[in-house]
Amino acid sequence: MPRPLPAEQTLNREFLEIRAKILELAASLDRLDRGDGNVADDPRMRLVRGGLQILTADADADRAEQLQLLFSQPYEETWRKKFEI
Amino acid sequence: MYYIDPHIHMVSRVTDDYETLAKMGCVAMSEPAFWAGFDRGSVDGFRDYFRQLTQFEQKRAGWYHLQHFTWMCINAKEAENVKLSREVIAMIPEFLDQPGVLGIGEIGLNKNTKNESIIFLEHLDLAAKYKEQILIHTPHLEDKYKGTRMIVDMLCDDRRLDHRRVLVDHVEEHTIRLVLEEGFWAGMTLYPTSKCTPDRAVDMIELYGPERLMVNSAGDWGPSKPTAVPDFIMAMRRRGHPESLIRKIVYDNPVEFFSQSRNFNFTPPDAEVATREA
Repeated sequence: MPRPLPAEQTLNREFLEIRAKILELAASLDRLDRGDGNVADDPRMRLVRGGLQILTADADADRAEQLQLLFSQPYEETWRKKFEI
Repeated sequence: MYYIDPHIHMVSRVTDDYETLAKMGCVAMSEPAFWAGFDRGSVDGFRDYFRQLTQFEQKRAGWYHLQHFTWMCINAKEAENVKLSREVIAMIPEFLDQPGVLGIGEIGLNKNTKNESIIFLEHLDLAAKYKEQILIHTPHLEDKYKGTRMIVDMLCDDRRLDHRRVLVDHVEEHTIRLVLEEGFWAGMTLYPTSKCTPDRAVDMIELYGPERLMVNSAGDWGPSKPTAVPDFIMAMRRRGHPESLIRKIVYDNPVEFFSQSRNFNFTPPDAEVATREA
């Protein structure tokens, strides 16, 4: 299996990029707060909050895969029956 | 480094893009039939599109020593029109023996509807009857996981299909495993704002290994970057991966997969030079 770079080397390469992405996220959330109205109960905000929790999860959490699943419609085993296929 | 873009929609690109791709090391591309940005009104609209794919695009690519291959189908979005879809499926065999036609694609699901599923199954039946390879589109964003699982269900239900001759495209972190575990090939699409980035594609190669994996640009009429595969090559190099591994993903794997098609008459670039020098 191809080996990833050592963690310290990855941090050296990506620290500024990670910092910039977190800042962008913070600024987006601030923009939502500053705007007129309230979107706290919007179902999409529930997803955003869930996503932030995944980001701070344990190291072995496969964060990217978990985030993808969070933003996905659920699969139904019985879909063939529903479609009469 | 020579590379092949296994999924790109050159009908939507200008001739300059062919030249740029050639300058960046691209030697061949495969172009599946897709949604042109509007719904076509008749089977003759598709016949003309297939003529463009099998005739003119090969010629345009050839101006820059690029080899152009293609796939035939009605895409998932227009598959909502079942009557038109059936007319197109009945017409597709006219093109299956044309030079450069690799199989049926890109078929799949878009919004995971009943009509899309019906037409997907009818395309699978066509591919099985004509022993064609298959290239599959998986849905976007929140529809991807559900749609990919439905697609894998339908593929696994049909015992006539050889999984090694099926490429499931646009896989991401939550769909790659289920595609590879069933023995299919998987394609990662590098898009500027959706699907996958070069660094995430490298992550998936580090997690799953290089077997049965490819990367593509899926360059089309929307926001997309036809030179995304060279971006991936650079990301692999910056992360310390050897040239042999990079070449396997961007060249050897597409050649291995496409070689299962009777119309993949590919001339490797080195062979072309040797022939000219002889």
